Amino acid sequence: MTATTVPTSSGTPGTRGGRAGRAPRGGRVMTVASPRRSSSRLIASAILVLVGVAFLVPLAWILLSSVNPSATVSVSVPSSLTTENFAAVWNLDQTFRPLWNSAVISFGTAFLTVIVGVVAAYPLSRYRMRFQRGFMYTILFATCLPITAIMVPVYTLFVKLQLLDSTTGVIFFMAATSLPMAIWMLKNFMDSVPISLEEAAWVDGAGSMRALRTIVLPLMRPGIAVVLIFVFTGAWGNFFVPFILMTSAEHQPAAVAIYNFFGTYGSVAYGKLAAFSILYSVPVLVLYLVTQRLSGGSNALAGGIKG
Amino acid sequence: MSTQTLAPGTDGGRDTTSRPRSGGLRALTRSVPLVPAILLLAVFLLGPILWSLYGSMTNTALTGYRAADPQFVGLDNYTSLFADADFWASVWITVVFTLASAVVGQNVLGMGLAVLQRMAPKALGSAIGALVVVAWVMPEIVAAFALYAFFSTDGTLNSVLGVVGLGDTTWLITVPLLAVILANVWRGTAFSMLVYRAALSEVPTEIEEAAQIDGANRRQTFFRVTLPMIRRSISTNLMLTTLQTLAVFTIIWVMTGGGPGTKSSTLPVLAYQEAFKYSQVGYGTAIATVTILVGAVFSIVYIKVLKPEVD
Repeated sequence: MTATTVPTSSGTPGTRGGRAGRAPRGGRVMTVASPRRSSSRLIASAILVLVGVAFLVPLAWILLSSVNPSATVSVSVPSSLTTENFAAVWNLDQTFRPLWNSAVISFGTAFLTVIVGVVAAYPLSRYRMRFQRGFMYTILFATCLPITAIMVPVYTLFVKLQLLDSTTGVIFFMAATSLPMAIWMLKNFMDSVPISLEEAAWVDGAGSMRALRTIVLPLMRPGIAVVLIFVFTGAWGNFFVPFILMTSAEHQPAAVAIYNFFGTYGSVAYGKLAAFSILYSVPVLVLYLVTQRLSGGSNALAGGIKG
Repeated sequence: MSTQTLAPGTDGGRDTTSRPRSGGLRALTRSVPLVPAILLLAVFLLGPILWSLYGSMTNTALTGYRAADPQFVGLDNYTSLFADADFWASVWITVVFTLASAVVGQNVLGMGLAVLQRMAPKALGSAIGALVVVAWVMPEIVAAFALYAFFSTDGTLNSVLGVVGLGDTTWLITVPLLAVILANVWRGTAFSMLVYRAALSEVPTEIEEAAQIDGANRRQTFFRVTLPMIRRSISTNLMLTTLQTLAVFTIIWVMTGGGPGTKSSTLPVLAYQEAFKYSQVGYGTAIATVTILVGAVFSIVYIKVLKPEVD
């Protein structure tokens, strides 16, 4: 992680995409020089470093353990570096199949959510409909619901529908739970695409879905990518849903596989656990960097939850 | 919206082109794109919620004849739930966990980080911000393992405290709730930090400068000018972090399993334990139903109080 990964309000290199997000106002260049400025700068830096260390230590444990031939639960600098932890998990059963399952579930969820979401966001963004306010409030309400709190009834429902241990079932459930937030974000992104271009297309006789495909979608590509990655990351990291709904080892995604692995090998295998954790975490960390480039930084999030 | 309503179902609004179709038909064809979304939400979101209401009134078990053919028992599960000391203990644990880790921990630390990042050198602020965000972006289960290791009896925290001779607290057994609260602060602070950073960057610097020229010191400027200006972001964020924290399962499950006993079982963890450890699925479903209802009440309060723009 370099310093450029998280844009600050004043615009680091990460914000240069800046097409979908709003440009941050007030670049916070201190214009009023205060005599206490340098001392408060020092205190602020000191506190930040302290907090940073607290955040760093558990992360460092993962990094250092993964290359430590005799890793324990305590963070320590390895006496010798090894790649054997990575080599040990570098096989079909422990790494590739779970990661493949995660990829299938996450891509499936992300694409299903975005396709259904974009199509639904179009009339919500472009027309006034009688039930529009009600619909948007329902969407907002559903966005807030702590839906993973009810995995127990979801389990019995899936037993009833014979969807237990089905990748498709998990994809549909995850898509439904991410859809409210996705519609909300996509509608906000779509609102920022001017309608005048479509009017021309309508006059030329294009249907609304055609206007959506040929005019609106290309103009909101960064926004779509942000939502796609947002949903993908959520599905990739989700443990509770597949933990409950996926029962067989060959269907389980990485989150569940790593949990079962830890339960089986426990305290002897911290190095392998850490190595696998890294392989499993890297894709979403990379995707996060991509969103930063696409969306103008923290504004993507702000756009999503704009009150 | 400047345009007046022309006919029922065809408000003016942003739709300025009028195509020759009857109002009702047009309203209908225009809602067609919503159908896939509505179906998906109805089956996989509303479905589980209604099923949860129904399932909480049965005596469903995990295995055996009551799994295949559960009986309708009305409000029996709720009667025993509300008479169950474990349930009320869990409600209390959930309240403490949510208040301490989300409302206080994540929000105060998130705001603190957002403010400090603006005061400190930019490179340092970005670097620390990146660490905080990594903790939040990485998969939840990985974060949970890292935090489990950190708080273990032989873990990093005790190694560090061992230097001053305090290294033998069994955090996960003696104070499991404190450990999972700190863990959830570590995990979730980035969200609040990003929201507050965005909110603070929208406050025009001129206003803060004007306050300082008028003689306000930095603290007064922050508490009396800046904070009131971003109060909407604050209340939105408070609500969202509360609801996210209400649904936290993985971190608690990996670190303590809800234990020892049920000492760190928030409602989602208790629902899981009752259903899958003690095989009382109907009872677990009742707990889940109570949780989602609490979440629903919070959501409604949030929408009523904040009245977010939906247009």
